[in-house]
This record gives sequence, structure tokens and C-alpha cells, in this order.
Amino acid sequence: MHEYSLVQALMHRVAREAESRGAVAVHRLSVRIGSLAGVDPELFASAYSLWREGTLCADAELVIEPVEARWTCPRCGQGMQPGAVLRCPECGVPAQLSAGDEIILDRIEMEVP
Amino acid sequence: MCETCGCGDARIVPVDVHDRILAGNDKTAAHNRSHFAERGVLSVNLMGSPGSGKTAVLEATARALAGNRRVGAVAGDLETEHDACRLRAAGVPAVAINTGSACHLDAEMLHRALHHFPWQQLDYLFVENVGNLVCPAVYDLGQALSVVALSVTEGEDKPLKYPVMFRKADLVLLTKIDLLPHLDVRVEAIEDALARVMPEPRMIRVSARTGEGLGDWVEWLERAARCP
Repeated sequence: MHEYSLVQALMHRVAREAESRGAVAVHRLSVRIGSLAGVDPELFASAYSLWREGTLCADAELVIEPVEARWTCPRCGQGMQPGAVLRCPECGVPAQLSAGDEIILDRIEMEVP
Repeated sequence: MCETCGCGDARIVPVDVHDRILAGNDKTAAHNRSHFAERGVLSVNLMGSPGSGKTAVLEATARALAGNRRVGAVAGDLETEHDACRLRAAGVPAVAINTGSACHLDAEMLHRALHHFPWQQLDYLFVENVGNLVCPAVYDLGQALSVVALSVTEGEDKPLKYPVMFRKADLVLLTKIDLLPHLDVRVEAIEDALARVMPEPRMIRVSARTGEGLGDWVEWLERAARCP
């Protein structure tokens, strides 16, 4: 379950940002997780609920925005159907992943005195 | 919470980060990658399920390259030095990383292990990741190439079930092909599954036991080493 170590990395980053701004608490964290990122959002959320205890995030809501995978043709822009062969039926070129591998910390809302 | 009236209450400050949560790992991976490039060492992250034949492939690869190329290995496992011992017995300088409970290697673990390992003299550095078809795919180690060992005994649909691992692979080694006559597994079905998760599917069939396909695998490696 690598979600635990991902949350650990998240918490380090949040602590650094909070300290540099003198925050006393974090109110909300917004993250984006792609369906091809190899991260289970539910496991991520439960790892977060363990990690946040006793930290500045103790009462902070975690908002996870899921991102669906999208494969498109780099030449004509056509999207591939889910489960299809990853090659454009028109152009014959390999598809590119245009969304869906994100593991991104978007925003921290923190309380600054 | 008062945000507007200036009464001295705390303010809520939004901070836009828009950065990868694994930015720290990515930075260490980039550091590893630049070290490998400076020394002309081709690094390969070898991933796959437990029992997919990763160590056996590396033993056979070492035999195939013996005398021509200097090969070394870092072997990741939760516990034991068994794989590193097997590789050393096959003439491959090898060091183990025991991750304890971690299900994958990360760039920092590899970096620390290399401090105690003479990797600079190698032509090929193989990193045998923890046996796991999910988590290792998430962590860049700084490798030049990602290779997934998939054994024929794992069935036809593993690529469809674990797309994250196969999507990022430069090559799939279909291992244990000497067992095919004993199984109801169709290689075409595996190839079809790969085409649905890998935009540029590449697969080489090998048997560490009989040596079949090892020539193709070594040729693929040598070509990659010439055109990094």
C-alpha cells in the first residue's frame, strides 16, 4: 500500500508550506488523482486520516478530484474508446495519454494569524 | 472564522501549489539519472509480480553477457538477501535493499544503496524491484529503461488488470515460455492485452531455463545502450 508513503510525502510538503507562512492550522487540501496514476483514492483518504492526527492538518478536509484517463491521437486528436487498442485507427500512430496519470497537490487552504 | 472585517481573527490563506506529490522523489530520481548518464551506465528497472522470474532472467542475462559487459544489480525485497546472494553466485556484483514493509523501491532507497556499491564501473545496472505489479510503477528511480517481467503462468489478462505497470514499460519480457506446452495460455491474447494498455507494445519471449529468446533480449539491451 504505497498510498501511505504518498500521504507521507504530501504531509511533508504541506508542513513545509505551512511553516514558511506561519500557519497555525490547515483547513483544506485539494489533490488530483488520475485513474492511471496507480493510486486508490479511498486508500489515499484512509492513509490521510491516520497521518493527519496530531498535525496542522488534524481538522483539515481532504478533497480528492478524480481524473479519468484520456488517450488521444497526437496527430488528429481523436480520443480512444476505453479498452481499445492504443493506436489511432485513422492515422495508425500510437496514442498519447493526455490525462489520467496525475498525483498532484493543487491547493492548501491554511489559517494564518 | 472572520476573514473580512479586520478584527484580528485568523485569515484563511489559499496557497496554489499545483505540484506533483512525489516531486521530492522525482528530484532524487533525476539526480540518480544524471549520475548514470555521466558514467555511461545503462540502468534498468526490472519490475514484475513475485515469482515472475526476475532473478532467473538476470542470472541468465549475466551468463549471456559474461566476458563482454560488466553487469551489476540492486535487488529489492521486503526481507532477506536471497536474490542478491543468487545474483552474486551467478557472478553479478549485487547488493540487497530490504524495504521492511514497503511494497516498492523509491529513488532515495536506490541512491543510498548505490553509495555502498561500485556501480560506476558497470555497463549495465539492473534494479530488481520488489515483486509487485502495482506500487513500483508509481516511483521513478532514475532508470533509463523500465522492463516488466510477466510469466506465462500468470495468465493472459494481467496487462488489462494492472495497466499502470504496463503503460510505462519500455519492454515486457514474457518469461518461462518453456512452460507454454503445459498451459492453456495463448501468447496472442497476451499481445492483444498489451496493445490495449501500452501505446507502443514491445514484448520479447524468453526462457531463463532453456536460453530461448535471451539473444533477442540482449540485442535489445545493447541497442538501447548504443542509443540512450
